[in-house]
Amino acid sequence: MNIVVCIKQVPDTTEVRIDPATGTLIREGVPSIINPDDKAGLEAALALKGAVGATVTALSMGPPQAEIALREALAMGADHAVLISDKRFGGADTWATSITLASALRRLGFDLILCGRQAIDGDTAQVGPQIAEHLGIPQVSYVSEIQKVGDRLQVKRMFENGYQRLSVPMPCLLTVLKEMNAPRYMNVGGVFDAFRAEIPVWTVDDLDVDRAQIGLKGSPTRVKKSYTKGTKSAGKVYEVEPQEGARIIVEHLREKFII
Amino acid sequence: MDFQVRREHRLLIQMYRAFAQNEVRPLAKEVDEQERFPLETVRKMARFGFMGIPFPKEYGGQGGDNLAYILAVEEISKVCGTTGVILSAHTSLCAAPIFEFGSEAQKQAYLPALAKGEKLGAFALTEPNAGTDAAGQQCTAELQGDHYLLNGTKIFITNAQFADIYLVFAMTDKAKGTRGISAFIVEKGMAGFRIGKKEEKMGIRGSATCELIFENVNVPVANLLGREGGGFGLAMKTLDGGRIGIAAQALGLAQGAIDETLAYSKERKQFGKSIASFQNSQFQLADMQTRTDAARLLVYRAAALKDAKQPYSVEAAMAKLFASETAMDVTTKAVQLHGGYGYTREYPVERMMRDAKITEIYEGTSEVQRMVISAHLLR
Ligand SMILES: Cc1cc2nc3c(=O)[nH]c(=O)nc-3n(C[C@H](O)[C@H](O)[C@H](O)COP(=O)(O)OP(=O)(O)OC[C@H]3O[C@@H](n4cnc5c(N)ncnc54)[C@H](O)[C@@H]3O)c2cc1C
Ligand SMILES: Cc1cc2nc3c(=O)[nH]c(=O)nc-3n(C[C@H](O)[C@H](O)[C@H](O)COP(=O)(O)OP(=O)(O)OC[C@H]3O[C@@H](n4cnc5c(N)ncnc54)[C@H](O)[C@@H]3O)c2cc1C
Repeated sequence: MNIVVCIKQVPDTTEVRIDPATGTLIREGVPSIINPDDKAGLEAALALKGAVGATVTALSMGPPQAEIALREALAMGADHAVLISDKRFGGADTWATSITLASALRRLGFDLILCGRQAIDGDTAQVGPQIAEHLGIPQVSYVSEIQKVGDRLQVKRMFENGYQRLSVPMPCLLTVLKEMNAPRYMNVGGVFDAFRAEIPVWTVDDLDVDRAQIGLKGSPTRVKKSYTKGTKSAGKVYEVEPQEGARIIVEHLREKFII
Repeated sequence: MDFQVRREHRLLIQMYRAFAQNEVRPLAKEVDEQERFPLETVRKMARFGFMGIPFPKEYGGQGGDNLAYILAVEEISKVCGTTGVILSAHTSLCAAPIFEFGSEAQKQAYLPALAKGEKLGAFALTEPNAGTDAAGQQCTAELQGDHYLLNGTKIFITNAQFADIYLVFAMTDKAKGTRGISAFIVEKGMAGFRIGKKEEKMGIRGSATCELIFENVNVPVANLLGREGGGFGLAMKTLDGGRIGIAAQALGLAQGAIDETLAYSKERKQFGKSIASFQNSQFQLADMQTRTDAARLLVYRAAALKDAKQPYSVEAAMAKLFASETAMDVTTKAVQLHGGYGYTREYPVERMMRDAKITEIYEGTSEVQRMVISAHLLR
């Protein structure tokens, strides 16, 4: 089974601050990490590899320094890694990103593609589903469990207040949740091996991709404005009986002339 | 001297840090209070490759270097001095001399299990009457055909009953003084070898420190490490390497105490302000971090010299002397900046201060390091 895990290198948003003037992330000095959902996808792939055997490839599109995220994937146990990096891919929105990744995936070949649910910086949760559409394969999003049964996968798809168990044929694409597992640590020797490994870097010239649909030019999304939501006042906690709770809520609503 | 924390080291630090925070830190208080050897942590460390970092893969190691190993001791010691010394004694004082001085057969026989962490190592040089004056060995090993008959007592041995492989020093020829000392690989379970009294300690309380008793133990000739009479030199060379490990333990303790103090000083309010806003706290913290960074450079330099296969014994002595005295100074200041809370067991800085003290004593006291350094200067 060939599993490809799409991983995005993202700024560690737990350490990120927003520039109040421009409303954009201040990335300087912020460490980069593998997007948490994607790391769970990697762990899920490595667990499948351990259970039923598989070749695991980590795929990322990003600037040259995204290589470190791929080395981390190798140090955790991925067999191969490929970086898609080219200035011409720069400024891609989710459409251009998914077009590019889909083309790389066609070149790599796959039985299973794992994406994270969403990236903690872009946060759209669009790239995975878009890739599946470009490739014309089945997809299940919000997956929290994966099992191989025969030549199909049995997966658990999470909702806010329930779940579905689905059986999917391969090849297919799943987007997974970070809550699904605890990613393993890198292995010390694995880190040294990861830095000895060669990571191919694919440019536009290596992919069969429509050049009008990549990078900034190929991105239909236009950001008109981005701003930081003003912080609301700190909440107040009352530990009271429901009756009394209702009374307090009504009182507050009246105070603010909402009712 | 040229050295660099390379990209692989940075990725390793990220991994060590995650491991230390998630697996080691939560146990540190309990390990100290209950004087409990954290065996489960040792097993986990083995799973991720910690127990054989600087040894080649063909001997079960991780194919890394000394700097990578030192960084592991540092990161682990930031949160638990006990776990730091377990790793250091195992790697530097048992696996390393077998790798460096062992015959091919000895390396094949002992190194893979040690490097994979299936077995734990210990080093037994100190005796009741042979501490700083390690040449005063009273343990004896008498050649009798195909084996040596080992007799005597060692004290203060780290990893003690939890170890499987011990490097033991004994006199094979009393008449020759230091040139009559030899080193032996002794295995747990050899008849006549038992563990004696356990020490109750001020710090690193989870690390087992015990007496080892040898009564007519038959040690096969094949277990002589290095040549007969070469034991003292072997011990001194081994301690040169070990000192970098202890220096890294001290460095970790110092940095760990600073990290705790930074967080606490921002939180704790007096006179309506955080104590971090007092200039005294700020200047103390500045001095603590500056000293610790200076120690770090000395420690990394010594490790890098060892990796470059250049002489490093003076640099290792300087690293250990400075890092251990820094650890003592910084942890004491950390307790002071925590005030009364720092003196209680509610906060980890008092434990760090107790742990730091030993780094000025074992693997050569600070006085011994000064002797090594000055002897080199006045040569
Ligand atoms: C409203 C909006 C407008 C934007 N406009 C622009 C713009 O004009 N210019 C611009 O440069 N950027 C723009 N971005 C950012 C850009 O869309 C995303 O960075 C990028 O396309 C990935 O989308 P995402 O971060 O939302 O990932 P998601 O769709 O949330 O990611 C889901 C999963 O897809 C996979 N994946 C995503 N990206 C990669 C990757 N690079 N490599 C490998 N796998 C990946 C991962 O598995 C990930 O978990 C915009 C974002 C938003 C929210
Ligand atoms: C927790 C712990 C773990 C240990 N682990 C190990 C281990 O795993 N293996 C092992 O072999 N040993 C181990 N030791 C022993 C340790 O290395 C010795 O305690 C240390 O070398 C000092 O020896 P000593 O205790 O006999 O002190 P002494 O040698 O009696 O020293 C007492 C004082 O005199 C000073 N002094 C001695 N000689 C001189 C001199 N010539 N000039 C100036 N000052 C001098 C010393 O610096 C010290 O301040 C351990 C000790 C402890 C406490």
